[in-house]
Amino acid sequence: MTDLSKRNTLRLAAAAAAGVALTGYGIRPARAADGEPLKAAWIYVGPVGDNGWTFTHDNGRKAVERKFGDRVQTTYVENVPEGPDTERVARDLVSQGYQLIFGTSFGFMEPMLKVAKDHPEVKFEHCTGYKTLPNLRTYEARNYEGAFLAGIIAGMMTQSNQLGLVGTVPIPEVLRNLNSFALGTRVTNPKASTKVIWINSWHNPPKETEAATTLINGGADILFQNTDSPAVLETAESMGKYAFGWNAPQLAYGPKARLASSIIDWSYYYTHAVQEALDGTWATGPNQWWGVKEDTVDLVDVADFVPDEAREKMEEHKAGLRDGSYAIWKGPVQDNTGKEVVADGVVPDDDWLKAINFYVDGVEGKVPGA
Amino acid sequence: MLRLELRPIPSRFWATASPLLAVLITAVIGFALFAALGKDPVRGLQVFFWEPIKSTYAWSEVGVKATPLLLIALGLAMCFRSNVWNIGAEGQYVIGAIAATGVALMATPETGRWIIVPVLAAGVLGGMVWAGIVALLRDRFNANEILVSLMLVYVAIQVLNYFVFGPWKDPMGYNFPQTKNFEDAVLLPRLMQGMRANIGVLIALLTAVLIWLYLARTRSGFALRVGGLAPAAARYAGFSSSRALWTVLLVSGGLAGVAGALEVAGPVGQLTPHLPAGYGFAAIIVAFVGRLHPLGIVLAAILMSMFYIGGELAQSRLGLPKSLTDVFQGLLLFALLACDTLIDYRVRRKKRTT
Amino acid sequence: METYALLFGSMLSAGTVLALAALGELISEKAGVLNLGVEGMMLCAAIAGFATTVSTGSYIAGFVAGVLAGAILAAVFGWLVIWLGSNQYATGLALMLFGTGLSAFVGAGYVQESLPARMRFTWFGLGDIPIVGPALFRQHPLAYGAMLLTALMIWWLYRTRAGLVLRSVGESPESANALGYPVRRIRLAAVVFGGAMSGIAGAYLSLVYTPLWAEGMVAGRGWIALALVVFATWRPLRVLLGAYLFGGVMMLQFFLQSESIPIPSEFLAMTPYLATIIVLALISRNATWIRINMPASLGKAFNPVS
Repeated sequence: MTDLSKRNTLRLAAAAAAGVALTGYGIRPARAADGEPLKAAWIYVGPVGDNGWTFTHDNGRKAVERKFGDRVQTTYVENVPEGPDTERVARDLVSQGYQLIFGTSFGFMEPMLKVAKDHPEVKFEHCTGYKTLPNLRTYEARNYEGAFLAGIIAGMMTQSNQLGLVGTVPIPEVLRNLNSFALGTRVTNPKASTKVIWINSWHNPPKETEAATTLINGGADILFQNTDSPAVLETAESMGKYAFGWNAPQLAYGPKARLASSIIDWSYYYTHAVQEALDGTWATGPNQWWGVKEDTVDLVDVADFVPDEAREKMEEHKAGLRDGSYAIWKGPVQDNTGKEVVADGVVPDDDWLKAINFYVDGVEGKVPGA
Repeated sequence: MLRLELRPIPSRFWATASPLLAVLITAVIGFALFAALGKDPVRGLQVFFWEPIKSTYAWSEVGVKATPLLLIALGLAMCFRSNVWNIGAEGQYVIGAIAATGVALMATPETGRWIIVPVLAAGVLGGMVWAGIVALLRDRFNANEILVSLMLVYVAIQVLNYFVFGPWKDPMGYNFPQTKNFEDAVLLPRLMQGMRANIGVLIALLTAVLIWLYLARTRSGFALRVGGLAPAAARYAGFSSSRALWTVLLVSGGLAGVAGALEVAGPVGQLTPHLPAGYGFAAIIVAFVGRLHPLGIVLAAILMSMFYIGGELAQSRLGLPKSLTDVFQGLLLFALLACDTLIDYRVRRKKRTT
Repeated sequence: METYALLFGSMLSAGTVLALAALGELISEKAGVLNLGVEGMMLCAAIAGFATTVSTGSYIAGFVAGVLAGAILAAVFGWLVIWLGSNQYATGLALMLFGTGLSAFVGAGYVQESLPARMRFTWFGLGDIPIVGPALFRQHPLAYGAMLLTALMIWWLYRTRAGLVLRSVGESPESANALGYPVRRIRLAAVVFGGAMSGIAGAYLSLVYTPLWAEGMVAGRGWIALALVVFATWRPLRVLLGAYLFGGVMMLQFFLQSESIPIPSEFLAMTPYLATIIVLALISRNATWIRINMPASLGKAFNPVS
């Protein structure tokens, strides 16, 4: 905000500024010249130490550094709020010469689009988004596959037939994970039923604890969650129940409670994207959605005390996902009001999966805001 | 042994110098902090104090950031001068943004530019209503305005969530919690090409001038100032404290509301759950550092924006954590409050009495 | 039935955090000093306690660190407000903002860490008695500590000379000063006690309630504690009961969700805050009643003529 005396200076500078802007303020040549390392940047919505979403992205970034060494130079900015601040950070990265920029949160979409339009020579990749440009493409992980596999184990191991899920915010991705988990439980246990509590926040461990406690008090003996912190896992441990790790192995938390961990490994995708940029084959296209098949999603570290039967069933389905012979979302699928949402034999496409806004049969309650 | 001695009249020199000294102290502590963290302290100070203002583009960014801070702080200054502690400006900001969105969503591709006026007016009204609740509860029920306004912040955030997750969700948005992008007619015109600063900057500056005129030159503005300083005297002179209460709360609510409207119709262009950015709280610091005076607040808003932007740059350029910005902002206010003592007190060496 | 007993028990846990912080603030306000920085103190104590316990493995050390963090911050606040005469509201806000930032800054390195999960307490089998057990006897020692503290506070404030002196400092510092009591030092002691209690509350949150650290994890509980003191008209037992009430409201929203009560979850999430506002309005309605119960010098600076 300029004070009154500087306003005139601003006007005088406007003409010059317009000229500068038109010639492309701060643009550097985008293609990496031979010998010059490719500069790639990651924009994170949370802290790299969150041991969850951002943590896994940063591991992917580090894998890129390990694989490409001198050919690549990376940086990251963490805790970037979604909105106008994202735009500022993105523009600053561009002005510093970064040629490939990854934005790892849905809320970065609009700001990244704005910056991408102004800088067609810089490549942008937006995680979990859906709008693209010639120089901006989208990617995400099929972590719902991990949720499904966890559900298989949970369905077999539950004794109360009541499961609990602590949900963050009812966006389609979370609903998809929730539903996939429930579908997994139903594969092995037709009587399994899942209750959901929404904490309406992405990161609030005390609330997660309270929600988890409420679910357990209500009869759930296995919990699943979409939150990043180990709060749910720890609550399960302290109350003698079971839960899963999410997004990251989270091995240290809840040693007696953790049944397995659904993880995302971004290293495959990121090295692929950087390789394309280095080779000059990077191009926009349909959403890159990688899952178990591409080694990006997995259910790992199954605990020793999980019965072999459950473990084998899970591995069987994992193999099916890997070779493409098994589809989680294959009709007939009903929502929990009895309406059929996927017809018999139909396998819905990715677009349909991205817009899920219902609870499948097996989940109790109603989607908030639906 | 040092002691404090009350001055016969408050020092005018220190009234102006105190914020400057506070900034200096904060910078010195910052210098030490950077060094302790193993970063180049000179570069650290440069990132916070020079980078954010070194080009026109940078100034435009400062403008974008400072507009909401300035508007909200102007309103808060009026409140604090009247001893009304409106801590919930954040909530009024959010409700103003929601109200503005409600009008903005009614626009169609054929709507003309005039829609901006009702959009902004809705923002003002929304903020006023929210602050009005605080005024009502204080006026009729004696409820402490600090706590009521603050609780309303949390309520406002839930109201926001309700709308973006529910009725206003973009039907083409794959069920993500955000409204559709506003039609172009609604978006605030930019001040110049390539820069993000929009007419909000001018509105904010104009408001600063108007508020200054009001406080300095009108009878009711005078009444407000007196009412805060000496409530009994004010009542004796016939200035109604209830009227002052409503005035300042409605004004500050309206200002916070229009700040929210400017934010959604400006840099963001839609309503998302990420709207609450803490401006309502940062504006408290801006109001104090600006000595509750409109001109001071303009300068303080610029300073705070520099802290925000510098904090981001410190991250990407120096690898410093984001929370450093909050630490500096808190430190600044502490330093200011400590330095303000010098306005009313002299520091003297205590003479040992024999 | 079991479910309701469990709900009651979790209400006690949730309320303990609020009670500990609010009881401390009560003492501070009884002496006439309003400290708005409770949220900041709790956050700093939470990270101090957490970091200490992660490094040393000792929970006692963690709680001590939390208490020290709260006490030190409160002392700084007290010095500014009592000796330098700066505005109590503004300084308290500065403390809140600074404490929030400082805790996030220090805590950045601890976000990955975690402590062993909460222990389960059954207290010699009492916790296994049907209904009553889950409701009352599965709490962490601090929960019972809060109840004990309330009783002690009632005794100390209203039955001891020291408590009388504290109250008189809050009602009329000039008279207390005239009687020769060191008003400023008494106020500082009260403020530091308040900070220490906020410290215990913050450490409880990050060591016991949810044994990990996340930025801003206090999430408004400090503000609710402040409201509680007014809501309870500055009386310890009412503070405790009010804390449980609010803890209950906080847990109730999740309970209602899990029972699939069709109220939008956002409205449920509003309930603790709406409840605070409504209760505040009702309590404050009677201006005379407030004036009788509120320490007369609350919020005002005291300058001894020396």
